[in-house]
Amino acid sequence: MKLLASAAARVGLSISIATGLYGISFGALSSAAGLDVLQTQALSLLLFSGGSQFAFVGVVAGGGTGVAAMSAAALLGIRNGIYGMQINALLRPRGWRRLAAAQVTIDESTATATGQSEPAEQSRGFWVAGVGVFVLWNLFTLAGALAGDALGDPRRIGLDGAAVAAFLGLLWPRLKGREPAAIAVVCALVTVLGVPLLPPGVPILVAAAVAAVIGWVSHGRASEGLEPDVEPYPEPGPVPRRAPRPGGGEQR
Amino acid sequence: MSLWPWVVLAAGLAYATKLLGYLVPPQLLEHPRMTRIAGTLTIGLLASLTAMNTFSSGQSLGLDARLGALAAAGLALWLRAPFLVVVVAGAAAAALLRMAGAA
Repeated sequence: MKLLASAAARVGLSISIATGLYGISFGALSSAAGLDVLQTQALSLLLFSGGSQFAFVGVVAGGGTGVAAMSAAALLGIRNGIYGMQINALLRPRGWRRLAAAQVTIDESTATATGQSEPAEQSRGFWVAGVGVFVLWNLFTLAGALAGDALGDPRRIGLDGAAVAAFLGLLWPRLKGREPAAIAVVCALVTVLGVPLLPPGVPILVAAAVAAVIGWVSHGRASEGLEPDVEPYPEPGPVPRRAPRPGGGEQR
Repeated sequence: MSLWPWVVLAAGLAYATKLLGYLVPPQLLEHPRMTRIAGTLTIGLLASLTAMNTFSSGQSLGLDARLGALAAAGLALWLRAPFLVVVVAGAAAAALLRMAGAA
């Protein structure tokens, strides 16, 4: 098959399987947070961005309001807008393809596409990873939601510990260097200080504001925290190439 | 109140954000401050969510089995375990500590 002969398509496929599988942890956590199977599935089908989905159910699980959950998810999704700009610069999709491309613009598809240097391969990588993750993520979300419903008390099997691990796992790959680690520590402290003083869910938004102010006043690398949270290409491999940024200079 | 309106609104905002990236002029990528804020925001939110899920129960703070989950997940990440293994390590640590009598 021609598609399988493409290196980008193979990478896209393997990343789809790896990412799709952890949809099961999202499904289980979402049902433990009190969302029903339909709501859980709606998040995976329509919102479709792992970090934002975990944020939404994480805030709900902590007793936060719907508006706090929505705000945390929306703020965490802002990076997808930047990915959209990068993919648009690379692939220039038009018409319905652009609408479909937007929905599957996530960490994984962006990382797979920007790691290729040839336009045809960038396109194959983006679509195989994007559509592949979408299909598998949704299937495993359903499996996780049904299993979570059947498992009973989420604390007994440590699902609240799974949520902690999931957020640390999403954060970890973005802590490259001293500065992102410092931002993480400051925002964690702000959250802990805010918990007894503010309604549930609100400390997260205060931490987000602090992070935005740090981004506004400091002068770190422009792409800090924005490297997608996956490394699709084993090292040493093809040199990851970012979208062309006139005047942006070399990123890595 | 039902969560449905917030689920739908969150999904709409997420899609609008993604699509906006395809609609704005590509020259916007030249503004490093914008991408910089998107990056620090991502780090800050994930750190905040990690802290909240580890230390808070509603509006009170405490140390319980979830601290063990955080340590187990950190160890798994340090050993370069894949994401799913990290999540399972966190769940197992919390479940085992509770079996041993931790809160």
